Amino acid sequence: MSLFTDPRWGEALSHLPDYLGNHVRVSLAALVLGLAVSLPLAILTRNRPAPRTVLLALASIVQTVPGLALLALFYPLLLLAASVTLAWFGVSFSAFGFLPAMLALALYSMLPVLRNGITGLNGIDPALVEAAKGVGMTTRQSLIMVELPLALPVMMAGIRTAAVWVIGTATLSTPIGQSSLGNYIFAGLQTQNWVFVLFGCVASAALALAVDQLLGLIEGGLRQRSRLRSGLGAAGIAALVAATLVPTMGRSSSGYVVGAKTFAEQYVLSALMRDRLRAAGLPATTRSGLGSSVVFGALKAGDIDLYVDYSGTLWANQLHRTDIKPRAELIAELKTALAQDNIVLLGELGFENAYALVMPKKRAEALGIHTITDLAAHASTLSIAGDYEFFSRPEWAALQKAYGLSFRAQRQMQPDFMYAAVASGEVDVIAGYTSDGLIAKYDLVALDDPRHAIPPYDAILLLAPKRAGDERLQAALRPLLGKIDIATMREANLRASGNDANSSPDAVARWLWEKVGGR
Amino acid sequence: MPSKPAISYAHITKRFGSLTAVDDVSLDIAEGEFLAIVGGSGSGKTTLLRLANRLIEVDGGTITVEGEDVRNVDPVALRRRIGYVFQAGGLFPHLSVADNIGITPKLLGAPVASIAARVDELLALVQLDRDAHRDRLPEALSGGQRQRVGVARALAAKPRIVLMDEPFGALDPLTRDALGDDYRSLHRKLGLTTVMITHDMTEAILLADRIAVMRGGKLLAQGTPAELSNSSDAYVLELLRTPRRQVERLNALLPQGGAA
Repeated sequence: MSLFTDPRWGEALSHLPDYLGNHVRVSLAALVLGLAVSLPLAILTRNRPAPRTVLLALASIVQTVPGLALLALFYPLLLLAASVTLAWFGVSFSAFGFLPAMLALALYSMLPVLRNGITGLNGIDPALVEAAKGVGMTTRQSLIMVELPLALPVMMAGIRTAAVWVIGTATLSTPIGQSSLGNYIFAGLQTQNWVFVLFGCVASAALALAVDQLLGLIEGGLRQRSRLRSGLGAAGIAALVAATLVPTMGRSSSGYVVGAKTFAEQYVLSALMRDRLRAAGLPATTRSGLGSSVVFGALKAGDIDLYVDYSGTLWANQLHRTDIKPRAELIAELKTALAQDNIVLLGELGFENAYALVMPKKRAEALGIHTITDLAAHASTLSIAGDYEFFSRPEWAALQKAYGLSFRAQRQMQPDFMYAAVASGEVDVIAGYTSDGLIAKYDLVALDDPRHAIPPYDAILLLAPKRAGDERLQAALRPLLGKIDIATMREANLRASGNDANSSPDAVARWLWEKVGGR
Repeated sequence: MPSKPAISYAHITKRFGSLTAVDDVSLDIAEGEFLAIVGGSGSGKTTLLRLANRLIEVDGGTITVEGEDVRNVDPVALRRRIGYVFQAGGLFPHLSVADNIGITPKLLGAPVASIAARVDELLALVQLDRDAHRDRLPEALSGGQRQRVGVARALAAKPRIVLMDEPFGALDPLTRDALGDDYRSLHRKLGLTTVMITHDMTEAILLADRIAVMRGGKLLAQGTPAELSNSSDAYVLELLRTPRRQVERLNALLPQGGAA
């Protein structure tokens, strides 16, 4: 199939109004807020060297924090703030999505605005400031009628830089629940859908470029005191904002929101659940690529309505339990614990996606390794790779403790690259997932865990507290419970990891429903 | 002096850190008078001028403007009723000629129509063509035109007092001469009180009624050119020698004009 007739372009395009609209909305809000804070600060500190130095240093420090980390930090920060306002004033707000993304991006935009604001104001010929005073202007009149207009071109250059930074960084707001053009990139990376990755990159670059050029037109107009050029630039910006925001403005957001974490299986399952809800006449959308720690909080707060998690993950991360229980017991206990937060554990999907130590079958046989106990004897000469969270998870600590594991080296990898890496011998062992279709594809083997250090990871369907009594929702989802066995899920995941037209989460979800729908 | 002083400096002192810029200066400027303050750079002449409309604040002594102690007058209101012509114009580069000229009336809240009429009147007064210059930005003007706009701006709110800080210093000799003469006639016609800073004694003699000579923050002498030539101060005499020498050399070099 040719690159240009690939139906995934069409699928990508169908998401554009939503993603682009949200991207522009959060970028614009962040810029406006950033300007509203930075410009007065620049004005207040322009003649005060000490606070000015401190302010610029702080803004520079913010700038050195990686964008993804800054965005991720704002989520727990706002969760905390929300719980404080709830306790003190009885009002709460959503720490999910728009708000944390906007605040983090606003903070990010401050440095260029501050720096150029101060530079612009300080760069004005002192004779003109004196002339302003001399003709009878008050300090405020001098600022508004003389200093600000003269500093405007330099300030505008700062605003332009800030706008480009914010638009670029906004692609990273996907994991904290804000839809953006980053959705393409995150989803594409996780499902090896390079069409999506490319589409997301091109779209965000084009947006940044267009905004940069239009703001450049305004800046040039201000410099040359050409009203026409500034006006054209401003009209262009207004048209761009209107064109991107209007298509999504009228849409109701009252539908159900299906959450998904950042890997292919989650994208497929969320698409499947969305389709089921729609088939039952319930409006539904997906919110994909959410960070593992974000998604549970979002469900608890009602920012998303449902998602699939894994029993062992919640056991360790939410209940903070380190003991291991048999599957049924663990789920029963989990259900009771979640019910205290009014979260509904609707049931199991039927398969387990546990962490497992995985290596090539031939290599394992050659070394005589069948279990993790066997592996421990060779570990000091072997290297291991895991996903970004594995080595900080309690399961890893439990494994190390139970088997005395100590590897020569450990590396973190993008989950979808791990399997190829271990198959090619780049690493010796990986911490893979039992439901991953790539285990079969690359002829790998998951080693047994005789000491049961890894808890069971049954896929379970969770509903938000506000959906506890929602019978229509639960009826629409029940046909999925217990229907998806590990073999089917592996095949679905294998399909999703492909790089062709049938590998998009939507297509795989449809395939999956065809397989399990009649069961 | 018969009439009451428009501006009166009494024992004025101004320090910048350890430097005494103006040192115990007392000087009266009569209503309708054209006074030139002459001195080299660092003599304190500009500081003395700026103290009058409180662009800078005095450390010691009392300044009265039209009988009022300036400390009791709101500085912004004071500046709006005193015209000020800046060195090299001090025009706002982002405002048109008309907006520059109309700025003080605008600050005073005058209606738009009356500002526009006043701007046209002033353009005529400083002999600038209305249609050619009104809507231009200062960058499109020559140095002399800019200074004419500067003078028009200073006169816009119909002040009785005009302060000028080396207004014609940066201009070529011909323009300078024309502008000086034009201003001198405006001064007479409008009944202004003018204080002009200059480092050029020739200019001071040609334009001013009286001259005050400053050096090192002190007022060395004041009076008409004739009175000054009777001064015993060596520096004052030195300053007067320059225009004299110029006149002698010019007379020697140029054939007497008009001799038929």
